[in-house]
Amino acid sequence: MPDLFETVIGLEIHAELNTKSKIFCSCSTKFGDKPNENTCPVCMELPGTLPVLNEETVRLAIRAGKALHCHINRINKFDRKNYFYPDLPKAYQISQFDLPVCTGGYIDIETGQEDGERQIRRIGITRIHLEEDAGKLIHLEGESVTLVDYNRTGVPLVEIVTEPDMRSPEEAVAFLKTLKSILEYTEVSDCRMDQGSLRCDVNISVRRAGQKEFGTKVEIKNLNSFREIQKALEKEEKRQRELYRFGEEDKIIQETRKWDSGKGRTVTMRSKEDAHDYRYFPEPDLPPVILDSRTVRRIEDEIPELPEQKKERFLREYGLSQYETDILAGTKALADYFEEVVGFGIRPGEAANWILGELLRIRKDAENEGIPVKSRYLADLIKMIGEGRISRNTGKEVFDEMAAVGKAPEDIIREKGLSQISNTEEVKKIIRDVLSRNTDAVQDFKQGNTKVIGFLMGQVMKASRGKANPNTARNILEDMLKA
Amino acid sequence: MDTGRKDNAIKEAEKMTISDIQRGYRSKSFSVKEIVRKFLDRIGELDGTIGAFLTVCTDKALREAEELDERMGRGDDVGPLAGIPVAIKDNICTRGIKTTCASRILEDFIPPYDATAVKKLKDAGAILIGKTNMDEFAMGSSTETSAFQTTCNPWDTSRVPGGSSGGSAAAVAAGFVPLAVGSDTGGSIRQPSAFCGAVGLKPTYGSVSRYGLIAFASSLDQIGPITANVKDCALSFQILRGQDPRDPTSVAAGSETDTETDLMKDLEIGVRGLKIGLPKECFQQGLDPEIAESVQASARLYEKLGAKVGEVSLPVLESGLSVYYIISSAEASSNLARYDGIRYGYRSENFHDIDELMLHTRSEGFGREAKRRIMLGTYVLSSGYYDAYYKKAMLLRRKIRGIFREAFQEYDLLLLPTSPTLPFGIGEKRNDPLGMYLADIYTVTMNIAGIPALSLPCGFSRSGLPIGLQLAGNHFAEDKLFRAAFSLERELGISGRKPVIKGVEQYA
Repeated sequence: MPDLFETVIGLEIHAELNTKSKIFCSCSTKFGDKPNENTCPVCMELPGTLPVLNEETVRLAIRAGKALHCHINRINKFDRKNYFYPDLPKAYQISQFDLPVCTGGYIDIETGQEDGERQIRRIGITRIHLEEDAGKLIHLEGESVTLVDYNRTGVPLVEIVTEPDMRSPEEAVAFLKTLKSILEYTEVSDCRMDQGSLRCDVNISVRRAGQKEFGTKVEIKNLNSFREIQKALEKEEKRQRELYRFGEEDKIIQETRKWDSGKGRTVTMRSKEDAHDYRYFPEPDLPPVILDSRTVRRIEDEIPELPEQKKERFLREYGLSQYETDILAGTKALADYFEEVVGFGIRPGEAANWILGELLRIRKDAENEGIPVKSRYLADLIKMIGEGRISRNTGKEVFDEMAAVGKAPEDIIREKGLSQISNTEEVKKIIRDVLSRNTDAVQDFKQGNTKVIGFLMGQVMKASRGKANPNTARNILEDMLKA
Repeated sequence: MDTGRKDNAIKEAEKMTISDIQRGYRSKSFSVKEIVRKFLDRIGELDGTIGAFLTVCTDKALREAEELDERMGRGDDVGPLAGIPVAIKDNICTRGIKTTCASRILEDFIPPYDATAVKKLKDAGAILIGKTNMDEFAMGSSTETSAFQTTCNPWDTSRVPGGSSGGSAAAVAAGFVPLAVGSDTGGSIRQPSAFCGAVGLKPTYGSVSRYGLIAFASSLDQIGPITANVKDCALSFQILRGQDPRDPTSVAAGSETDTETDLMKDLEIGVRGLKIGLPKECFQQGLDPEIAESVQASARLYEKLGAKVGEVSLPVLESGLSVYYIISSAEASSNLARYDGIRYGYRSENFHDIDELMLHTRSEGFGREAKRRIMLGTYVLSSGYYDAYYKKAMLLRRKIRGIFREAFQEYDLLLLPTSPTLPFGIGEKRNDPLGMYLADIYTVTMNIAGIPALSLPCGFSRSGLPIGLQLAGNHFAEDKLFRAAFSLERELGISGRKPVIKGVEQYA
């Protein structure tokens, strides 16, 4: 049955820029410092202070724009967005209103496979503009006070606004994953959703199939992971479609809803009537940003390899599968890590196996986007297995330990006594003991029952507490039995 | 020791120019401490009558004076304003000293940093004597909107000193300091200078750093000096100006014109050949005839001194006032939004939630005029009204700049009155905001265009009140302003006239 309704989704993404200092002062942008440690009279917005633009933020915004096929506005300017809130110490946010850094770009996303062909959809980017982040309110449980941490005040952001081009929650998430990957690759943002450095508000509406006009849209805020975005969009899509189905679409009102991840549903935050009048006007404290074409070209030339380019190269250079390539090259951090491990002389297939298997398993368990094992250590570990110093299974154990304590594999193996016994004399001694305790089995072998060799191997491994190199042990065992 | 000579030399300190004081230091006729003490004594004696200061830094000033005396004794390089007592308007941040904007909402605000202008003065060796009264957040033309006190005009204590830098102008006129720093958003240095018989400069926008000046209207505000004579004014401006990395709207030396030009060097070369335009619109209705007469007499003097004086049309007055009140209020509504009681300043005790906290803090903390401007500014920026007011004002602003640009193609300077009226009585216009706004009619357009303008005493009314004229120049033409002002000042020979202030004894 054909779909009677169509879902329309547009996104507003905030990404914190990868700069050392804030957008209008020299305070650090470091995440996780003590509250209000990274503040000064300027970002506390004390009376009389003035903003001074950190030019690095413009460079990064242009970089993002170029990577997303945008037009760069050679004259762009800042505006004040006025509203009262305790986390906003000036009671206005310096943002860009009618002349943003970038306009009119796109991203191609893969929406699945059909007849072996990759399905591509082009999602339009309306604009990218620079702005400053606000502080953070900390509500103390059971107390009537709220504290404010201004460390984040003035951290530089780009806001990326898309066209309403997505048609399903899956497409929205696919778009975000692609965008995240591009922003990471271009080092515009570290995109740590767990630290709030990538945030997304979604606009969703439903309309009858074939209808030209958009339906009434609902904005959902406070979405902190791809999973939540997917869930929230599905929930809201279902709610709106059901209203349509019962002819009650007029009950969809233009409003801002907030995602309650605990309850797994959206709740009304404010309706259109309560919407702020932000009274935008040009920021008089900052002259317009004027860029010459040479500067823009230089910034464009500095853009590193983008995900699509990297995927092609990985397929070509390393002979990886499409699946392996998509995952590895999908995240810049993983791709870099992979290439580092390979750079230490590890076979690409082997490196990919460990990263896609063990590393991703650990990351998933820990719900942490960081990489807990140094590339050098993983390479060393793989080499030790290759040299027979430890078994593959022991290797996995060592890997987990490395992830937990951050030590070199060498140290872990030594401390835990995990090293394989490859020394022939030592192995011989163990086998001799086993054979002398299992004369029956030796007899069976001599009478032609070669199957007992498995049992004897098990005894040898047990006696060596798993440390005997299995290959060495087997060879010696066979030799001694045949002798 | 010849103490008699010393006492005599210092007796008339209040009449000394900056150069007189410097000469005295060089000849060791008196110490810095003696001079500072002398001015402090005068403030102690007479400021009860005038009310120019909100804060007087007696101990700090004396301590600094002692240190300076020591350094001078050692022969250290102590800077071009060494030992010169300075007063600072209370909207300019001074580290460790209350900076209130004459508002309840900042009554106890002590900035942790110095404004760049203050730092420059300190680095030049000036000694900060105190902070001066003003209209609340520099909004007003009489210093009556101050939340703390009324300042009286030293020439007639029943009259206002003008505003908003009324405390600074009164302090100079009363001989409390040879130099006071003010700020000018729509005339706030020039009009009180005219009312008090002082010399006041509103520099080119961008030539003095605004860092540390508590913003009223960011695109119009500019810090400038108020002094007793033109030479002191030029000397002080030379210290204050210069690009500041902390203020992106400040301008680099040598960009449009070389702001490093030594202003003192050409001060005395006269006005021969300078073309001075008299905007005819300024001499029509609404101007006090005594002021018109005095300014025109000065124009004739300029002709006598060799300048070419001609009439020019400058159709900016009416639109200028509207543009000014729209743009300045719009920016003010945003600039004053940060005073919400959350981090510093006044906080209402009467609240149940965050919205009430901010609402009541602002309702109780701001005075009537500040609230009026905030409401006006909020209105003109609101969706649905933006195009009709703010956007239109911005277009007119461009037009006004164009009109000035054209005028300066023909003329070096413009000569016009500073204020349409003589100093008015205290309370006279307090309940007439529109009448008060008209006080700025000749001054606001220079802020809109960003050009420099200077007010200079050019005579006295029959009632003995000072009259000021205004010279305006093209961007960065301060050198011409000072040259022209210096010539006229010398010709008029009135800069030595000081008011006789009836001290506290009359109330005793």
